[in-house]
Amino acid sequence: MKQEEYQELVKELTPKEKRVSHALIAFVSGGLVGVLCTIIFEILSTTFEMGKSSATVWTVIILIGIASFLTALGFFDRWVKKCQCGLIVPTTGFAHSITSSALDYKKDGLITGLGSNFFKLAGSVILYGILSGFIFALIKVVFYG
Amino acid sequence: MIYLNAFLFVGTICLIGQLILDNTTLTPGHITSLFTVLGAFLGFLGVYESFIDWAGVAASVPITSFGNLLYKACYEGYQMNGVLGMFTNLLSGTSGGISSAIIFAAFLTLFFKARD
Repeated sequence: MKQEEYQELVKELTPKEKRVSHALIAFVSGGLVGVLCTIIFEILSTTFEMGKSSATVWTVIILIGIASFLTALGFFDRWVKKCQCGLIVPTTGFAHSITSSALDYKKDGLITGLGSNFFKLAGSVILYGILSGFIFALIKVVFYG
Repeated sequence: MIYLNAFLFVGTICLIGQLILDNTTLTPGHITSLFTVLGAFLGFLGVYESFIDWAGVAASVPITSFGNLLYKACYEGYQMNGVLGMFTNLLSGTSGGISSAIIFAAFLTLFFKARD
């Protein structure tokens, strides 16, 4: 093994610094997604004169549209690998997981491939979201009226 | 400054997710599910509303807002329609997100192939 290669390997296997840079990348990329959404929201509410709630829903839909489209074009997988939680934790991760599993299983047929694998990754978010939302609402209703 | 708040809010949540991902054996699937449940819990505590006041639309961007909206819609359903409303209204807040993700994914799958 050459000296440079060894240095590279050491650099790669140094876990602590990697964690710090991962965390920084996730923080900055996630933050930029937040800023992008605020810009979209401002445009919708000033130029298109939308109310607050419809502009919010439109912003989320536009963000999901952008993420799905970029996933289909093939850019988003690389970005998700690089930014990790910066793109997984925002709603972009939800859209990315649905679109990428749809594309991956397309070749196995419409029902056994696409249909049954559509929510492969997003299913747990929907399941536990609905479950926890319902349970917390139930607690609120029972104990607090 | 709303842009700075938006940056800090979404960035911090992503940072927490990344720290969990790097320092535990949990997968991204665990983290998104965990954050959804956490969002519902914060909605239950009434904290999430103040996030929305502070960070504006950015509070609706992380997956935590998904849990918050499910909780909120379910509780509002109860106030409007009783127990039936909890079931019929549960998905109303998140419908925009879920439906658009499904519809975009389905149409894009028609025109694109998987890339490696």
